[in-house]
Amino acid sequence: AMLDPDRGLSLTIARVVQRLQGSSLHSQLERQARVSLHKPEIKLESLKEDIKDFLKTSGWEKKLQNAVYSELNVFPSPCHPAAPPEHIKEPLAYMRKAQGSWEKRILKSLNSMCTELNIPLAQKRPANEQKELLNKWNEMGTDEPDLSLFRPVYAPKDFLEVLMNLRNPNYENGEQPSFRNHLGLIQVPLKVKDIPELKEAFSELGLNIGQLGIDDSAQVPPEFFENEHVRVGQKVLAEQDSAAAQQYVRQGCPTALRADLWALILNISNQPEDILYYEQLKSNVIQHNLLVDSLIYKDVKLTASNDDYYFVFEDYLYQVLLCFSRDTSVLEHFTYSSATPPKSYIQGKLGMEEYAVYYPPNVNYNSFILSVAPLCFLYHEPSKLYQIFREMYVRFFFRLHSISSHPSGIVSLCLLFETLLQTHLPQLFYHLREIGAQPLRISFKWMVRAFSGYLATDQLLLLWDRILGYNSLEILAVLAAAVFAFRAVNLMEVTSLAAAEAVLADLSTLKVMPLLQIFLFATVT
Amino acid sequence: FRIMAGKVKWVTDIEKSVLINNFEKRGWIQVAENEDWNFYWMSVQTIRNVFSVETGYRLSDDQIVNHFPNHYELTRKDLMVKNIKRYRKELEKEGSPLAEKDENGKYIYLDFVPVTFMLPADYNLFVEEFRKNPSSTWIMKPCGKAQGKGIFLINKLSQIKKWSRDSKTSSFVSQSSKEAYVISLYINNPLLIGGKKFDLRLYVLVSTYRPLRCYMYKLGFCRFCTVKYTPSTSELDNMFVHLTNVAIQKHGDDYNHIHGGKWTVSNLRLYLESTRGKEVTNKLFDEIHWIIVQSLKAVAPVINNDKHCFECYGYDIIIDDKLKPWLIEVNASPSLTSSTANDRILKYNLINDTLNIAVPNGEIPDCKWNKSPPKEVLGNYEVLYDEEMAQSDGTDRDLRGRPGQSTGVKGSRARDSGKPVLTTWK
Repeated sequence: AMLDPDRGLSLTIARVVQRLQGSSLHSQLERQARVSLHKPEIKLESLKEDIKDFLKTSGWEKKLQNAVYSELNVFPSPCHPAAPPEHIKEPLAYMRKAQGSWEKRILKSLNSMCTELNIPLAQKRPANEQKELLNKWNEMGTDEPDLSLFRPVYAPKDFLEVLMNLRNPNYENGEQPSFRNHLGLIQVPLKVKDIPELKEAFSELGLNIGQLGIDDSAQVPPEFFENEHVRVGQKVLAEQDSAAAQQYVRQGCPTALRADLWALILNISNQPEDILYYEQLKSNVIQHNLLVDSLIYKDVKLTASNDDYYFVFEDYLYQVLLCFSRDTSVLEHFTYSSATPPKSYIQGKLGMEEYAVYYPPNVNYNSFILSVAPLCFLYHEPSKLYQIFREMYVRFFFRLHSISSHPSGIVSLCLLFETLLQTHLPQLFYHLREIGAQPLRISFKWMVRAFSGYLATDQLLLLWDRILGYNSLEILAVLAAAVFAFRAVNLMEVTSLAAAEAVLADLSTLKVMPLLQIFLFATVT
Repeated sequence: FRIMAGKVKWVTDIEKSVLINNFEKRGWIQVAENEDWNFYWMSVQTIRNVFSVETGYRLSDDQIVNHFPNHYELTRKDLMVKNIKRYRKELEKEGSPLAEKDENGKYIYLDFVPVTFMLPADYNLFVEEFRKNPSSTWIMKPCGKAQGKGIFLINKLSQIKKWSRDSKTSSFVSQSSKEAYVISLYINNPLLIGGKKFDLRLYVLVSTYRPLRCYMYKLGFCRFCTVKYTPSTSELDNMFVHLTNVAIQKHGDDYNHIHGGKWTVSNLRLYLESTRGKEVTNKLFDEIHWIIVQSLKAVAPVINNDKHCFECYGYDIIIDDKLKPWLIEVNASPSLTSSTANDRILKYNLINDTLNIAVPNGEIPDCKWNKSPPKEVLGNYEVLYDEEMAQSDGTDRDLRGRPGQSTGVKGSRARDSGKPVLTTWK
């Protein structure tokens, strides 16, 4: 049901107000307003106006603006006042159902692992163990617990199988011509953008607009674009304007400004209460042992330790992920995520809410690890690193691990990828399909990890600049298609899935921005 | 006399595939040492024999070797320090602005080697310095051959009693290289990344010392330490344990590290730019280039600049947490062993680019050539310093440029190619 715009606006305002009320920003504003009463320029007869002016000139209005902007970015617009909460999580019933089944499967697998290994999902650590963990908090990477019995709860291809089997029960496949011709693995009729729509959505990536990742290469004198772009970036940071920063990073971040720009867009300021919160999570980790901790260890050892770029940050990854699994503030995002967190209780405290432990639905930490690791290149203070990661997760990455109809959800990304390929490289698509190498089988792992671990770090960061800038993950699907287009000649010659995988095995030399630009703006269709 | 069809004849006493593959791909012909050869890639032991007075080896114009006769002036720890100290004093005597000192008496531009003394010869000087900072830690390294073995840390004078005794005896004490040590101030505040220590390995090719012409390989790397130690033992024991773990195997230049893994220099640059900013990162890399060139200039007057020689050095550099680079050591024979596939590719390319510069066009060399290769053959090398070119520019008469006065030339980023760039501090 369509909501009339005024109604929608007032609902949005009400929701933002509700969320900001009682926040620390709220109390800070109140305190500032009270302090300002002592100032000579505040006059009793024009109290309200004067205080407002003061808040403006002292930069507090800007902080409020950034907070509002952040809320608008993260939370979806309300659909209808009468819409039940499940609809905000996910409007399509069959998607909700599929996500529910998937979660049940994961939880079942976790529970059976517990039974098999005779380890509880959660238990309190004995005191000496707590002390030991506290001592080696900064070097958990040197630990080598016996993890041979733990197996990953699921592999990306298991998740892909589930997505492939999604069906809309209201939909007769045979009749609609536009969908009958879809030859890919995803068989649900979600709306995805076509190239003209993508060109409009990503207009700042156009050929006549300067980009970092293209126009800052050695052959281009810095006066043409780079110097001015850096100057603008410094100004945006000085103004501390989230919305301006988000617009700015569409053209890429200068490396020296990136950490601050991302923090500004994500509205992370690392206040004392944030540091305290992180320390509290850390103490939760020390006190309680979760089964997933072992899964985290195992996954970090397998993925990050073997990565050419990320192995250095192994210790940070443990710290961030162990805290993350205990962070209940992450639960907030479940109101707009199709997922529901599995719940368990500390051993012996079944049913007692204060001893409840929630798990993020994706207990396969593989993807998490790879989405934390690049951030270590930008932030080395643990609590800030943690907050940035958490915000990136609740804004973007959770959509890669849950089944939903959202345009940035993994289902839509897969469909977008397949549609782009089938529409614009039909010969290639058909050929690969014929030899049993459905393109999605290869590109799925790239998208589900937001390309982390596949691209060189500097290229990955340029890609993630655009995720933040456009507040969307669609660029992942576009890049995946662009990579196939780039290697099309070689791919046309292969005759097996294995050979296709080999052609696409090494993406570490790719330059992301030229690929995207050419695919979107310079390919004759 | 018979003329061979212009193919280079090569010999080596280092059986490494990265070398041999490079020779073979050029179509060069392997010969034995006692035959007529044009190119000999030799170990440091062999170079000693070749140029020793006894053997009276005479190299002909079409023969090239990969070491300078007395490279040890740079590659032996004690001689390197000695030469740098001498160089600084000379500059100071001529009143050069490079030798300027700060209010604490430290060289502003030339303080890039940790304070070092020779033992037992400088024992008393060392004690004086030690007493200025009694809580400092020092690292003892044997001078001569064995790398890794025999390194240890001390923080009490009693731990080096032996050398105190030796220094008090007369000057007839034999200073065989087996007995001699250098003792250096231990850098206890290294820059950490991800909580891990690392050092930098950079490759520098010198084709001639007078005039000085040297090239820096763009694909240097950081070697990370992962050291397991138990937190329970005392601090010094920890460090001792640290070192004996780390110095377990003699791998030529790998002596100091259990390699926890490697990063490229461009990764390092990305990380530092992202976390510290561009200016300080540029300054750091400028300083690194600076100290390499200064170390070469320091030994240039004493190196036998034999025209049959070139040399590829492995520079070991540590960066401290104030982003100051320190020169730890220069290796004459950087390891050509490869631990991983990537490693093998890197070393293969290193040798390839080195040969392209040292043996132009892969043809039979003529040691009288001007040693000025065209830009196209540099590969992954870039010109670090060309004394001849600098002097003809007229900008270098007295090395007025110093680190910290960089003009921020764009191309000094490692991932760019082809720009002759390392001249910012000129």
